[in-house]
Amino acid sequence: MLEISGLDLYYGDAQALDQVALAVPAHEIVAIVGANGAGKSSLIRTIAGIERPRAGSIRFKGQEIGGLPSYKVCDLGVGQVAEGRQIFPTMTVAENLEMGALLPRAKSKARPTMERVYGLFPRLAERRRQLAGTMSGGEQQMLAIGRCLMGQPELMMFDEPSLGLAPAIVQEVFRIIRQLAEEGMTVILVEQNVAVSLKLANHAYVLENGRIVMSGTGAELLDDDQVRRAYLGL
Amino acid sequence: MSRMLRRLGEGVSNRALVALGLVFAALLLAPLVSNGYVLSVLIIALYYAYAGQAWNVMMGFCGQLSLGHSLYVGVAAYAAAIFFVKWNVPPVIGMFAAIAVAMAFGAVIGFLAFRFSVSGVYFALLTIAFAEFTRIGFDHFTWAGGSGGFFLKVEDRAADLITLRGPPIMFYYVMLALTALAFLFCRMLTQSRVGYYWFAIREDQEAAQALGINVFRYKMLAVIVSSGMTSLAGVFFAFYYNNLFPEQIFSMARSIELILGPIIGGLGTLFGPILGAFVLTVLADLVTEVLVFTGYDIPGVKQVFYGLCLAVVVIWLPLGIWPPLKRRLGLEGRS
Repeated sequence: MLEISGLDLYYGDAQALDQVALAVPAHEIVAIVGANGAGKSSLIRTIAGIERPRAGSIRFKGQEIGGLPSYKVCDLGVGQVAEGRQIFPTMTVAENLEMGALLPRAKSKARPTMERVYGLFPRLAERRRQLAGTMSGGEQQMLAIGRCLMGQPELMMFDEPSLGLAPAIVQEVFRIIRQLAEEGMTVILVEQNVAVSLKLANHAYVLENGRIVMSGTGAELLDDDQVRRAYLGL
Repeated sequence: MSRMLRRLGEGVSNRALVALGLVFAALLLAPLVSNGYVLSVLIIALYYAYAGQAWNVMMGFCGQLSLGHSLYVGVAAYAAAIFFVKWNVPPVIGMFAAIAVAMAFGAVIGFLAFRFSVSGVYFALLTIAFAEFTRIGFDHFTWAGGSGGFFLKVEDRAADLITLRGPPIMFYYVMLALTALAFLFCRMLTQSRVGYYWFAIREDQEAAQALGINVFRYKMLAVIVSSGMTSLAGVFFAFYYNNLFPEQIFSMARSIELILGPIIGGLGTLFGPILGAFVLTVLADLVTEVLVFTGYDIPGVKQVFYGLCLAVVVIWLPLGIWPPLKRRLGLEGRS
């Protein structure tokens, strides 16, 4: 579904991504793990069209999207649940969800999708009139995921979905991600929580200083000595 | 047409509609019971209500802080005045030139800022910079009078809306009409898809981008709509005061005065800019009058009053006067 090759990204003179290549097959979960500053968020932002790569290609369903502005990438079906949730705090839950369906591709399906989101997250249904900023971190994360679903994405990118959440909520979020993939969603998962994301992922890449240094199935990487030492502290 | 009207009233309680009607009726009838002095105060209040409404589109709806709105007032005032004095083009036509000039300035500032990711404080500084160097430009623009000012002939004649020459009461109704139209226009905007895009950008630009909103385009649109609306305040200014001095019309103090109304009334609300402008203008004049009457003629007392109002609102009513007042009066909308 998504193929990236030779991707270079610079912030001024500082290189953030160096010849990144990866493939995300349809209906699978691909994890990208790595330490702070390895370039994980930069990669997501580049795919989403927020950053412009200096070189390389990003193909989504066979179409080149590298360098396209973010609103066009979105409209092709690439959704992202950004780091830190980024919901609209002074709007209600329902309004936040409606905002997710402003894209031309999503507008006509807004009603049924909203019901689906409420089915997925009953907590949101209970709170549809509440201001989003007054909800707990976990509920806000669910809202961010729901809002992304409202845009009818075919590929969803999660940037640190477990950041700052209680362990029980983290489990819940990962359960939802797995369920979405089982229902046919393609997922890119960026996480510092390496153990959990490798368990969840069909395939994973290790990013270090902007370079892919290792890849394999989630299970393979979990068994790899280097990965265990560097990221799991074992 | 009726569909549009129904949409305008959607979610507004009957109580609020009645209250709005009463306010409008009071403003319609106010000149009948006002003397010349009161009328002049009301005209200024309406002027700030209108200009504040225009500024609010950019800041209140889209979250882009402009501290240089005197620029749009100024260039539009000069454009309409020049067309009238130099080429005998009445303001009813000249105002289109004024709107175009102001929008062009807005577009240039917006393009420079948003294309090169200038935001927040730096964006505000950019708007000040433009207002300032335009002021200096007009100071040396001798064809339009330079720093010596540009004047319209003062004529004592019956109201003529084409040339915008006439007694104060005509200016009052012109300003009232503009304020009412701006109010309805803003209501329409907030009910529209564009309005929702703006709110998203105001709340969180990155999130808006992640939702697929063309942030650049809608920020540009906010600046252009706001500058275009503001320009009509400039046209009014030129024909009401009949004199234009770059030093005065482009000054930063004008920009600040213009934004006090919406901030005190309630940023991003529809009625806030109107309420804020009236509270400030009318109360400030009342305070000055009372002080003069009791024998304390203190220069600058108005500015101190503005400052106090701002401090009170920022500390105790961060949302402005209108949102809590609306709740108190039971005018909250159905949702």
